[in-house]
Amino acid sequence: MNKLVFLEEKATQIRRDLLKMIVNAGTGHTAGSLSNTDIMTVLFYEVMDMKVDDPDWEDRDRFILSKGHSVESYYTILADKGYFDKEELNTFCQYKSRLIGHPNNKVPGVEMNTGALGHGLAIATGIAKAAKMSKKDYKVYTLMGDGEQAEGSVWEAAMAASHFKLDNLVGIVDRNNLQITDNTERVMTLEPLAEKWKSFGWEVIEVDGHNYQELIDAFSESKKNNGKPTLVLANTIKGKGVSFMENKVEWHHGLPSAEELAQALEELSSQKEVKQNV
Amino acid sequence: MSKTANKKVVCQKLIEFAEKDSDIVALTSDSRGSASMTEFGNQLPDQLVEVGIAEQNIVGMAAGLAAGGKKPFITSYAAFVTMRAIEQVKVDVAYSNVNVKIIGISGGVSYGPLGMSHHTLHDIAVMRAIPNIKMVMPADRYDTEKLMEELVDYQGPVYVRVGRNPVEDVHKSADYEFKIGKADQLRDGSDLTIIATGELVSTALKAANLLKKDDLSCRVINMHTLKPLDEKAIIKAAEDTGKIVTVEEHSIYGGLGSAVSQVVAENHPVPVKVFGIPDEPAVTGYPEDIFNEYGLTPANIAEKAKRMFN
Repeated sequence: MNKLVFLEEKATQIRRDLLKMIVNAGTGHTAGSLSNTDIMTVLFYEVMDMKVDDPDWEDRDRFILSKGHSVESYYTILADKGYFDKEELNTFCQYKSRLIGHPNNKVPGVEMNTGALGHGLAIATGIAKAAKMSKKDYKVYTLMGDGEQAEGSVWEAAMAASHFKLDNLVGIVDRNNLQITDNTERVMTLEPLAEKWKSFGWEVIEVDGHNYQELIDAFSESKKNNGKPTLVLANTIKGKGVSFMENKVEWHHGLPSAEELAQALEELSSQKEVKQNV
Repeated sequence: MSKTANKKVVCQKLIEFAEKDSDIVALTSDSRGSASMTEFGNQLPDQLVEVGIAEQNIVGMAAGLAAGGKKPFITSYAAFVTMRAIEQVKVDVAYSNVNVKIIGISGGVSYGPLGMSHHTLHDIAVMRAIPNIKMVMPADRYDTEKLMEELVDYQGPVYVRVGRNPVEDVHKSADYEFKIGKADQLRDGSDLTIIATGELVSTALKAANLLKKDDLSCRVINMHTLKPLDEKAIIKAAEDTGKIVTVEEHSIYGGLGSAVSQVVAENHPVPVKVFGIPDEPAVTGYPEDIFNEYGLTPANIAEKAKRMFN
């Protein structure tokens, strides 16, 4: 199967699965997970080197979900890859489930607990530094939200990663322009975001965060050892794939009704068919 | 009596361990000189990570280094690393439960003249409320040496507070047992127990000497580990001596006194008198001035302890 078709089908399946998981749980961060599903799918099914049967393999690429609230796409992908049984997704957010509402490193495949924003990049910077010190070749990826860019700790880590010349580190910003309250620029101006990262000494690659080829090319470009960390600025649509959720701030952690879920699943399956027919 | 700054012992031991194990990494936040870590940097530059003045980042990066297989020791100002970076301590280190050691330097009122921004009188309260992380305050160079030897092989998060200035020995030699979580009874007694922590343990011993002149027999406990607290030793002290005094370089809220009182109240209620810093921005001055201001002196502690017998 063509790689891009595979990724598209996989992303659609992940979107469907995560929506079902959220509705089953009665809670979840819906639109943000849909926003980053394509990025996560490219990372986990195309870019990162990992062994499902040996989650602690010491040469694995590392992934830190800094925007921990988008854990739904993460758990769904880990289950699909076989890190744990898909049935367990039914326990999401339930009493004493290990699938809690933010990444939990008791779940196979999850490196670190996150959830408080502005933490992931510093952790990823530390891991990337450890790799350099131990002369390991693995890469470290961390996915941040755009609203999260207002956290000062992001920029402490950005400065350090550049200072330590961590070209084995890739930061990704899920730039969907919405945060829980409103448009990011109305809440706190982030632009010019690319220039901010460049001025901190990062190689910045701007892509359509729903275009698989552009994402693949960006991650491939990031592997050039140029002594600089890479920031993939991924322009995305919050709620991507479900018409009534797209670009709607209220779907940040909106819970679909049974009818809305049915419509969402219908839209996601028809998109797949349409695109396959093209 | 010999006087050595505990932070110097920390550095000596770290060099000793790091020479043998290249996975040991020291992190500094422009704190190299203050932490007495300059020598570490000179001898083992490849094992020192300097992050600049960025406490949140030092803790986050240390968590990442640990996740990447390193054995990080943070040496950073106690006042900042336990406040500015407390969310990173809570989430990145304690919650993820990674092998990070945090050495808070110049704690308590070491920086007495510099004001409340630089005082660390909150760290016992803060750290004890965070699951997974342990807290230790060594009393002298022997404690510090033994603590470091235990820490180097200890898996999991530990916070250590040391002061800036040389402190008197409370042990005559290294010939005693030190174990994280186990109270160190320096002297036995039957009338009263003084439980102290950190660099005021020597003050507690002197208070006990004064009380001895009044024929009051004091047990003295060096409670170097604040968490996990040796509750058995506290309950036994309550049972055996019937009165307890606590002494600490910390706010009277949420510190050793609070912790001991909770254990005593729940298990064997006896009178407890707490000596610490009251709930106010502490007066400024050198540590001795501040201890005098708040009665953290052998004479005052002995005097107030005597009143417990009236």
